[in-house]
Amino acid sequence: MRYLPKSPADRVDMLKEIGAESIDDLFSTVPQQFRLTRDLAIPRQHGEQEVVEAFKSFAAQNATGYSSFLGAGAYRHYRPVLIDVLSQRGEFLTSYTPYQPEIAQGTLQALFEFQTMICELTGMDIANASMYDGSTGAAEAVMMAVRVTGRNAAVVARTVHPEYREVLATYAQHQGIPTAEVSYTTEGRVDLAALDAAITGDTACVLIQSPNFFGTIEDVAAIAEVVHAKGSLLIVSIAEAVSLGIVKPPVEADIVSLEAQSFGVAVGYGGPYCGVIAAKEKFLRQMPGRLVGEAKDTEGRRGFVLTLSTREQHIRREKATSNICTNQSLVALMVTIFLTVYGKGLRELAEQNLAKAHFLASELGVSGAVLFPGAPRFNEFVLRTPTASADLNEALLEKKIIGGLSLARWYPELGEGASLWCATELTTRAEMDAAGKAVAQVAVESNELALV
Amino acid sequence: MSTAFAPLEIPTEPAAAATPFVGAPRKATTHTSQNEGLIFEKSSPGKKAYRLSELDVPAVDAAALLGDAVRENLGVMPEMSEIEIVRHFTRLSTWNYAIDLGMFPLGSCTMKYNGRVNEAVSRLEGIAEAHPYQPESLSQGALGIMKLLQDCLLEITGMDTITLQPAAGAHGEFTGILMVRAYHESKGNARKTVLVPDSAHGTNPATAAVVGYQVKNLKSNAEGAIDLDELRAAVDEDTAALMLTNPSTIGVFESQVHEIAEILHAKGALLYMDGANMNALVGKTRPGDFGADVMHLNLHKTFSTPHGGGGPGSGPVACKALLEPFLPRPTVITKTDGTLGFDHDRPQSVGRVRMFYGNFGMFVRALAYTLANGPDGLRQTTEDAVLNANYIRAKLEGYFDLPYKTRSMHEVVFSDKLQAKNGVKTGDMGKRLIDYGFHAYTVSFPMIVSGAMMIEPTESESREELDYLIDALQQISREAAENPELVKTAPHSTRIRRLDETAAARKPVLRWKAPVAAEPMQVDTAAKEW
Repeated sequence: MRYLPKSPADRVDMLKEIGAESIDDLFSTVPQQFRLTRDLAIPRQHGEQEVVEAFKSFAAQNATGYSSFLGAGAYRHYRPVLIDVLSQRGEFLTSYTPYQPEIAQGTLQALFEFQTMICELTGMDIANASMYDGSTGAAEAVMMAVRVTGRNAAVVARTVHPEYREVLATYAQHQGIPTAEVSYTTEGRVDLAALDAAITGDTACVLIQSPNFFGTIEDVAAIAEVVHAKGSLLIVSIAEAVSLGIVKPPVEADIVSLEAQSFGVAVGYGGPYCGVIAAKEKFLRQMPGRLVGEAKDTEGRRGFVLTLSTREQHIRREKATSNICTNQSLVALMVTIFLTVYGKGLRELAEQNLAKAHFLASELGVSGAVLFPGAPRFNEFVLRTPTASADLNEALLEKKIIGGLSLARWYPELGEGASLWCATELTTRAEMDAAGKAVAQVAVESNELALV
Repeated sequence: MSTAFAPLEIPTEPAAAATPFVGAPRKATTHTSQNEGLIFEKSSPGKKAYRLSELDVPAVDAAALLGDAVRENLGVMPEMSEIEIVRHFTRLSTWNYAIDLGMFPLGSCTMKYNGRVNEAVSRLEGIAEAHPYQPESLSQGALGIMKLLQDCLLEITGMDTITLQPAAGAHGEFTGILMVRAYHESKGNARKTVLVPDSAHGTNPATAAVVGYQVKNLKSNAEGAIDLDELRAAVDEDTAALMLTNPSTIGVFESQVHEIAEILHAKGALLYMDGANMNALVGKTRPGDFGADVMHLNLHKTFSTPHGGGGPGSGPVACKALLEPFLPRPTVITKTDGTLGFDHDRPQSVGRVRMFYGNFGMFVRALAYTLANGPDGLRQTTEDAVLNANYIRAKLEGYFDLPYKTRSMHEVVFSDKLQAKNGVKTGDMGKRLIDYGFHAYTVSFPMIVSGAMMIEPTESESREELDYLIDALQQISREAAENPELVKTAPHSTRIRRLDETAAARKPVLRWKAPVAAEPMQVDTAAKEW
């Protein structure tokens, strides 16, 4: 096997040095009846070329050559070449969790830079060194709020990504955290009156998303006022991180749970991504996950260490703030490189997204209604067509177009025709023109069909 | 040709030599590393490392579109040119130790070689750019990867069914224990406690607590294994499960695992296996055969996906058929037309534990690893990992205290008992190992061994690299006896020395801040030197 650095003679010699007769001597503690004496029934050993060919054939069975208008928590953005060039360096790729800071300063400093930029972008005081992803991050943020407030319940906006809400339900069910949902207005934003009514003296926090699942930007300040008046904490989840380049950061929030995938991480069929929790400084001790802090060495030089680990499971065991162990270090590094490449140019990037989505909405608006007018949005919007979105998408596939995500599964009240469309800097005008034309054509055809 | 070093004599008493012993690292030499500030310190206004494509649609007035929601200031985001960014991160990278540079003898962490073809295939366009919501008909490749990996992992573990959704090992534990809970609830009683041996990873008790169980600790026996009498006494109708790591964290196979399972099953409790050490078993024995009901795997350990400085991980959970109804939503299924798809309609499911389908990119890498190995490669891999650990044990026994004598599997746990007499602790020797060109071994874990030194070489080390490690540790044991200060103040060769972690935690500085504009200087008339 090509990964194994032993010659047959090495193995024989080493067994001799150990004083074992055969390799099976070393497995003598495994009871005879449980020893596997046959080959595993898995594919045979592949050469490197065969491995590549196998995956090329898998890749060919996925969509390629389509224009895609999908977002909904996984956003296609351009990934500068430097991201892979630098993050693929073996010293980053194959390094361990930086528990030995003397030989892990590269990872630690990059994470410190990551934490700093996340603070700047979210308007929070502190940020951790990443979480699994935005969905589990939001759930962890809710549990954090429960610990901070000593209250037990949570209120969640229905405009939060449905899968984030599902994950929260899974986390909350055995922690005795009842969750109530709050609906949205005709502007596609949190219904403030309903929110006010839903918060009780037991509500630890309110979880919203902005831009929300419909792409609409919530009135965070107004929501914060309602939430804080009742003594609850406001958690703002951000799924489309590039929005932070142009949308005011949710400074009124107590905790921000960000999914940083948009910052240079491939959509990659849903993962790995990069969650991160940022918060006001006073909540530091209840923060889950790894944190990198500045430190001085014995000679007074600046360095960085994992810090405040007494919150974590390897020290506190069952009393830890979370059972989380790993972070998404390598992905956080990609995010850091992305943010360093764009820097202040994140605004220009976000502006392009705004312009593209605005253009797409005007093209598609010809054949359907763009829902939730009146509220600002970033790079996504909900389109309602007379044709059921499932049928529309089926027709678009023939034209090599992957249309917006059908919302019927999660928001039946919006009708069969509702779908969520996204445009980023990668979406070209030609693609949007083609999509606009194709959607219009489907509308005409279904109209004709209806007349027949 | 591998180089074996003559073993050093085992020192008994500190030598009264005039010059205390200083070991001679044979692998490490001083490495040039350049200084590099934080990106914020290097930034200067007006520099750029990007240029966007020309906008092909009309530009918009952001303030008009967004109104009050428009952002005015991006804060201290860096402004640098491309070459500076390349140098910044390249310089930072040279401050890291990595598998590509040498061995990580980290017990329990399984730092094995990460095959580079894994990275190459994960970047194929159809894979890296697959959107999680693209139609199933256009995702057959992604689903095919998941299905084949699932099938391989089921065969390897001897289990009946599996989910790939959990994002990491601890997340897998969470998922597995949730399923245990759902199973008991379906029988009318969720039960109250989860048993956790005192040798367990910290994630085990933390997980049980997160799922709403009380943790009952189980004391290990004199061999560091599960004490069957203790277990019998602890298991009752309130016991939901035992979380067992096998091989245990002292690197020993729980030979009585089948009886452990029987004791649990007799009371209706389940056996959860922490699969962190599965790399000692692949191709040699299967948890499903020896009685485990549910287990997680760490793809970043056993299946070679990169640790990347702390993640991403991936923690599939495999289980017996009795837990199948409770798997997280959605599961991968073969539809009636023969194509693959997702099944969301699972009424008894514990729910979703992560959005989309898990850390898919890690599935790609784990499958590439599995294909590159095949059944013969995987078995040889396990055998080499166990061979390496036992070789190290044989060569270091006598130099360090070996608290448990049972045959080691993939890792061996020594203690600092002999060296602690001179005030040298496991952490000190771990730090000193850095000077010899290695990462430290796992320090102070498992907790059942005082001053634990936990060494796991993995299969990825040649005899030559093992001999370097053995030589280094032998020299360090001598230094500990004859020159303890040298060891206690290690490392000496690194860019920075030991960091004051206590001060860092007392007044945490968790982000960079722009220096405040200097106060106008007050002339101190009392200071004559001025």
